Amino acid sequence: MALTGDFLMQGVQMFLVLAVAPALTGLVRKIKARLLLHKGPSILQPYRDLARLMRKDVLLAHNASWLFRVAPYVIFAAIWIAAALTPTFATGLMFNWTADLVAIVALLALARFALALAGMDIGTPFGGLGSSREMMVSALAEPAMLMIVFSTALLAGTTQLSQIAAHLASQPFVLRASMGLALIALIIVSLAENARIPVDNPSTHLELTMIHEAMVLEYSGRHLALIEAAAALKLVFYFSLITCLFFPYGIATPPMGLAAQFLGMGLWLVKMTLLAALLAVGEVSVSKMRLFRVAEFLGGALVLGLIAMVLLFVSGKM
Amino acid sequence: MTALHTMLAGALLLLLIALPSLAWRPAASFRKVYGATMAVSLVLLAVASASLAGGIAQTLVLPMGLVGTGVHLRLDALSSFFLIVVNLGGAITSLYALGYGAHETRQRRVLPFFPSFLAAMNLVVLADDAYSFLVAWEMMSLTSWALVISSREKETPRAGLVYFVMASFSAIMLLFAFGILAGSAGGYAFDTIRAHPISAWWMGAIVLTLVLLGAGSKAGLFPLHVWLPLAHPTAPSHVSALMSGVMTKVAIYGAIRILFDLAAPAIAWWWAAPVLAVAGITALMGVLYALMQHDLKRLLAYHTVENIGIIFIGLGLALAFRASGMTAAAAVALTAALLHVLNHSLFKSLLFLGAGAVLHATGERDIDHLGGLIHKMPLTAFFFLAGSAAISALPPLNGFVSEWLTFQSILVSPQLDQASLKFLIPVIGITLALAAALAATCFVKAFGVTFLGHARSDAAREARETDRFSLTAMALLALACLVIGLVPDITTHLLQPAIHLLTGGTLPAPGHGPAPLSLTPFANGRSSYNGMIIFIFLLLSGGLTAWAVHRFGSHAVARGDAWDCGTPGLNPRAQYTAASFSQPIRRVFGTHFFSAREEVDMPPPGDTRPASIRVRLSDPAWQIIFTPLLRLLHLVVERINLLQRLTIRRFLALVFIWVVILLMVVAAWH
Repeated sequence: MALTGDFLMQGVQMFLVLAVAPALTGLVRKIKARLLLHKGPSILQPYRDLARLMRKDVLLAHNASWLFRVAPYVIFAAIWIAAALTPTFATGLMFNWTADLVAIVALLALARFALALAGMDIGTPFGGLGSSREMMVSALAEPAMLMIVFSTALLAGTTQLSQIAAHLASQPFVLRASMGLALIALIIVSLAENARIPVDNPSTHLELTMIHEAMVLEYSGRHLALIEAAAALKLVFYFSLITCLFFPYGIATPPMGLAAQFLGMGLWLVKMTLLAALLAVGEVSVSKMRLFRVAEFLGGALVLGLIAMVLLFVSGKM
Repeated sequence: MTALHTMLAGALLLLLIALPSLAWRPAASFRKVYGATMAVSLVLLAVASASLAGGIAQTLVLPMGLVGTGVHLRLDALSSFFLIVVNLGGAITSLYALGYGAHETRQRRVLPFFPSFLAAMNLVVLADDAYSFLVAWEMMSLTSWALVISSREKETPRAGLVYFVMASFSAIMLLFAFGILAGSAGGYAFDTIRAHPISAWWMGAIVLTLVLLGAGSKAGLFPLHVWLPLAHPTAPSHVSALMSGVMTKVAIYGAIRILFDLAAPAIAWWWAAPVLAVAGITALMGVLYALMQHDLKRLLAYHTVENIGIIFIGLGLALAFRASGMTAAAAVALTAALLHVLNHSLFKSLLFLGAGAVLHATGERDIDHLGGLIHKMPLTAFFFLAGSAAISALPPLNGFVSEWLTFQSILVSPQLDQASLKFLIPVIGITLALAAALAATCFVKAFGVTFLGHARSDAAREARETDRFSLTAMALLALACLVIGLVPDITTHLLQPAIHLLTGGTLPAPGHGPAPLSLTPFANGRSSYNGMIIFIFLLLSGGLTAWAVHRFGSHAVARGDAWDCGTPGLNPRAQYTAASFSQPIRRVFGTHFFSAREEVDMPPPGDTRPASIRVRLSDPAWQIIFTPLLRLLHLVVERINLLQRLTIRRFLALVFIWVVILLMVVAAWH
């Protein structure tokens, strides 16, 4: 019985993130539009976009290889699993032991590897440009991310995300220098990894500034739908990660009743909304950086992560 | 006949295979030689595997070699593990060479040395006294040197010279190391050394330094790696695979045997500091060098440098934990290092074999002249992709497992007492993370520029898929990379006899984790990883998505032109090349590490001469160390050269004076 319950909860989580993801992207867009005094499309617009793209035929370049056609599924699957293994409304997920936070970061790296290769498959200069820039950004963002992982893992004594969340949620709130630094670093990394301002502009198609869009320029139809869905899922993943590492309060921990789970789910949705609002406010109030300033920006995250880890190595409590 | 007898007989048989290949007509005989080598390697592989599982050390003394010492041989868990690595690599590269060897134009320069190279590597691992160890070590260096100079390329003479000098240097350093270990008593058998361990801290420091110089230069630690990117790419590709995948591992065996076994009583916590520092620098520099390359085989050779750094990070952590009595943590760190030894031997061999197939099909090592090979050589492309993903530490393949274990052992290191290590280890952690991320970047570049996009030259346009033997060899290696990644708990469990021998601890037995096939490094810890479930998840969710999309959405495909911004006729040469791909990284890191300079010549509008960009990089290892050293050497040699022109009388006078000085020294000594 308990097993079925766990299995069910993992399933609910898996499809919850998938269902919420487009709405979250829509919400960010809506708030951004409102802040700029536009009316903005409906929050549900991303669902319609995805449905429309799914129905359209795929137009492939003549020399597209099998890798180009397989990559969207790999990207989507890897990011979906990463998002599904991150606790949203409850800890103690059934499969959380399969992949710890290091493995989840590596799953995102797998998705990025596939995307960057797909960008180079057609052989247009744009694709190569996007791949090259994306890998430069990630080469700095991924180590910063691992430093954040290590910092939280040192506090909780494990790299299993579910247990880190449960551990942190059970502790009374303490201000820690290391966690503060790690939070700033994680926000920087999230902005970079989700192709957000000031690193990349998700709504631009201007050649000189784009990173992510340049790689997916050749995608169309269902392939593009999967890549867009994966991008939306990635945003949910990073939001969930921020809440479960830094604000896990209210998350349902076993043994839990149905009420606690619903409370956790409600709180999670509130947290997601708040973060979406913060992201939108951030995006309208800063401008995009030059590409090589991004390296310094992410280098900052890397150093913050390192300082956080050194603090924990030296004192264990700071 | 014991396992050790079989191993020895096998190694000697490999030497025998080398002999008749001199007499046979090379064109007809290469299949016989490689076939026989593969058969012997497979037998040795089976014996070594059985011996690792059996776990009982066997010894043998032969009445030859150094007077009073004899030739000692020993087969224990550690040597069994490395014999598996050696003979697995040997068997697979021989299989590959059954097809690839047909393209070799100078068979006589390769055939005799290939089996003897393998024999020498087997003997290094089997040796149990300093004399036979060094003889086998030198034999390994010489045979591989002969293989390096077998090619007829522009850089062959320089590669041969640098390799020869560095190989001699490494042997001399190890000779001194054994001298210190043997002490004034002078017992060169490893058993005697174990029975009379060194105790003084300064002796330990000297041995550590000499091992880092001797074994480190052979393995490719920065800045002694300079020979490696010259020599490995120059050799025929199956030999490159063996040198990069296997010979560097034999050097690591030497380091482990001396540091963790012979000098073990002298291990102190501060040993970890230099090892970790050198390892971290090696890992980062190796991958940065690799990113700057556009020669496929040289790029791979630099990645070997990076991976040697990663292995030494594991070894350094294991030293620190062992000295502090944390046996469980030491076992995890050493498991990470040894697993990475095995993993790297698999995926680096795979990548070099793939590079060899490309080289044969196109005649090109410069990836800026390739492109689009995924259409012409689909299977080679697939296997190379598998190797690229494995070396980039992507789940669910094997490279991720060893890197994950290294990270897990970094995470328990706050329990160490020493403040300096507390500052050093986080920095090493970040270096490792950075190296892993940059490796992924580098392999997107290597695979993307070589196999994807449009062909950049006629050679690439007319490439053909390689032969069946080569494909089988690559398929086996790719499969091994996947299997180790899927069942990490079983593979790490198989290493445990060797781990127990060196650290006294082991990983928890399989089945300890939350589910079958979960890898749990610490019995009381809560971290675990399950490659199989991740793989199944990836297949299921990817498959489910594909099914749903095709069922409920569209499944039609139309072909069209790529988007060309309205200017028709995209030129393949407008594609991103290796240099343009790594330009952002060059801007971020290159200016600091390689003092990279870009000279852009952009003609003004109206001028029709072509624009050009020239990138200058300087190699810090040569610039800071080797070039000044060579200049100094040159200066000294010029002075000494005067002595050669003396008359006989003056020579005799010199000899006489020298003898008198020596006698006086001896007299003063007593």
